[in-house]
Amino acid sequence: MNADTLTPPRAVVAASSASKGTVHNQDEVIRYYREMLRIRRFEEAAARAYTQGKISGFLHLYIGQEAIAVGTAARMKPGDRVVTTYRDHGFAISLGCSANACMAELFGRKTGLVGGVGGSMHFFDRARGLWGGHAIVGSHVPVATGHAFASKYLGDGAVTLCFLGEGAMHIGATHEGMNLAGLWRLPIVFVIENNHYAMGTPLSRQTAQPDLTVRAPAYNLARDRWVVDDVFETRDRLGAAIDKARNGEPSLLELLTYRFRGHSMSDPAKYRGKDEVDEWRERDPLNVSEKELREIHGLSDEAMEEFDDAIIEEMDAALQFADESPLPDPEYRFRNHYVEDDT
Amino acid sequence: MPTLQIREALREAIDEEMARDERVFVMGEEVGHYNGAYKVTQGLLDKYGEKRVVDTPIAETGFAGVGVGAAMAGLRPIIEFMTFNFSAVAFDQILNQAAKVRGLTAGQFTVPLVFRGPNGAAHMLGSTHSQAFESFYCGFPGVKVISVATPYDAKGLLKSAIRDENPVIFFESEVMYSVKGEVPEGEYLIPIGVADIKRPGNDVTVITWGQGVPVALKSAELAAADGIDCEVIDLRTLRPLDDEAVFQSVRKTNRVAMIYHGWPYGGTGAEVADRIARVCFDHLDAPVERCCYEDVNMAYAENLENLVIPSPERGLEAIRKVNYYRI
Repeated sequence: MNADTLTPPRAVVAASSASKGTVHNQDEVIRYYREMLRIRRFEEAAARAYTQGKISGFLHLYIGQEAIAVGTAARMKPGDRVVTTYRDHGFAISLGCSANACMAELFGRKTGLVGGVGGSMHFFDRARGLWGGHAIVGSHVPVATGHAFASKYLGDGAVTLCFLGEGAMHIGATHEGMNLAGLWRLPIVFVIENNHYAMGTPLSRQTAQPDLTVRAPAYNLARDRWVVDDVFETRDRLGAAIDKARNGEPSLLELLTYRFRGHSMSDPAKYRGKDEVDEWRERDPLNVSEKELREIHGLSDEAMEEFDDAIIEEMDAALQFADESPLPDPEYRFRNHYVEDDT
Repeated sequence: MPTLQIREALREAIDEEMARDERVFVMGEEVGHYNGAYKVTQGLLDKYGEKRVVDTPIAETGFAGVGVGAAMAGLRPIIEFMTFNFSAVAFDQILNQAAKVRGLTAGQFTVPLVFRGPNGAAHMLGSTHSQAFESFYCGFPGVKVISVATPYDAKGLLKSAIRDENPVIFFESEVMYSVKGEVPEGEYLIPIGVADIKRPGNDVTVITWGQGVPVALKSAELAAADGIDCEVIDLRTLRPLDDEAVFQSVRKTNRVAMIYHGWPYGGTGAEVADRIARVCFDHLDAPVERCCYEDVNMAYAENLENLVIPSPERGLEAIRKVNYYRI
């Protein structure tokens, strides 16, 4: 959906490409729907474990934003990498990390994605293209620029996808990283996941200019901006930016999205009204895809339930795996700080 | 043996390592077309081109982060801070990225990276441009910290730093770039983590590093005129510390004076004094004395600055003080 229709007026009925009449390949819709649902059910399982006291620390859920991670993974090539924020579970799942390893990391177990040293905010899986998992807002932007610098230097053809929240647009590191990427024409796509709140502060109290892509020309970055209400549109517009990046044209994208839960598990999200949440639920890409499967492809209730049951089973198994996994060995706290620690 | 300035020795190290390994590159403000603010990188742009000698805008957070990201992706960056005073705005990149990445990723990524540049007070630059940063960068795990005082050490240790698989903070000194010394022809490396006895002696152990080394050596000369035979130990690497070299000397002399550029509160001087007290307590005939910056922000005025930074005379006072306790 074109973002210009959102502001003003804010109230816009979801107009996904499906409802516009495009009929997608059924297998593809099913694949993306299931991937989005896997992320949602993973997050819901994690939230339950958190309330049971099995997960501690900070837990930032991706519920509502799943289409971005799924659309991205669908357009990445081997060697491409995602550098994202502390809201990183969705990318881990979409890039192929197992729910078991992700959940075990949340539980602080030896079998976790990084052996239990990182927790929710620090997911890394180099081989699958997940290059963090960064918990200091904006700090990863110059680092991602460095990955892209190396790609240009080495000529490895890889594209770096740097995701950030809209809250990260107001800190200096972001500006410096984007400026250098534009200056050096690096193979990178900066993707702002604008979920409208930096913790509890709405964008209107963060900056005077509501369209964050107006900064793109300042760095000589290409720009695009849309409402994430359809996984296919999101996939294709991200894909276009990835192609540009591979040809040496970096981009700044703003994806208007919504998190249906609070900033983290400790945030009841009292700073926003029910009407606003309901309005965004209508745009929820998971619901949009479900609607397409039921109404256009004619999938039955039973078929939809089968998808869900299998995924719920996978996530229950992940909870059990994490719960039964051993704690990291005591000596492990001394490992990996220096290369010499491993020998 | 050829005689080189410290800046020339550093340049030789960078040049040799760039010739040896195509993944090594230099990045920073004015390192290329301007040939380096202190001329360390002079001529490297002509030799290696803009791909490997990369000028940046004034953006320490940005290019420090680019260094970390590039190292994670397979390159071996040498990031120059025009002075370490400016590294303060990149502190997050050093503390939260360079030092953390390897541990946080369970070893999936390494960060072979050198942050180098001058450190400590130069001459009449005021409080913001006259700071010693070793206490900050030695204060957390994940980085190594080196501080050099001679052309020989500068070349051998910088080459080792560039080849090291970990992030290394490499301190030089604005006022010492022209200091000359012998540097052997051809390749040599000095291992990280090994101190060097710059002057052997038996009466007092004088511990120093970086810009403090010439001051300490001068203090030792003055002490020699008093009949006090000092052993001057240049730590060279501040993290990891060469404890054994220090303890061995202390067990021999039983007296320690430290002479260095840096604030007295916390930091490397305090750490070394603490380790000596814990390990060599029974060998000490006097409390460890420290001659360093006074605990003030540096003034511009020359007379005030000279009072704050360690001088050979103040160093001598410290040596005499610990010697006073001789039984």
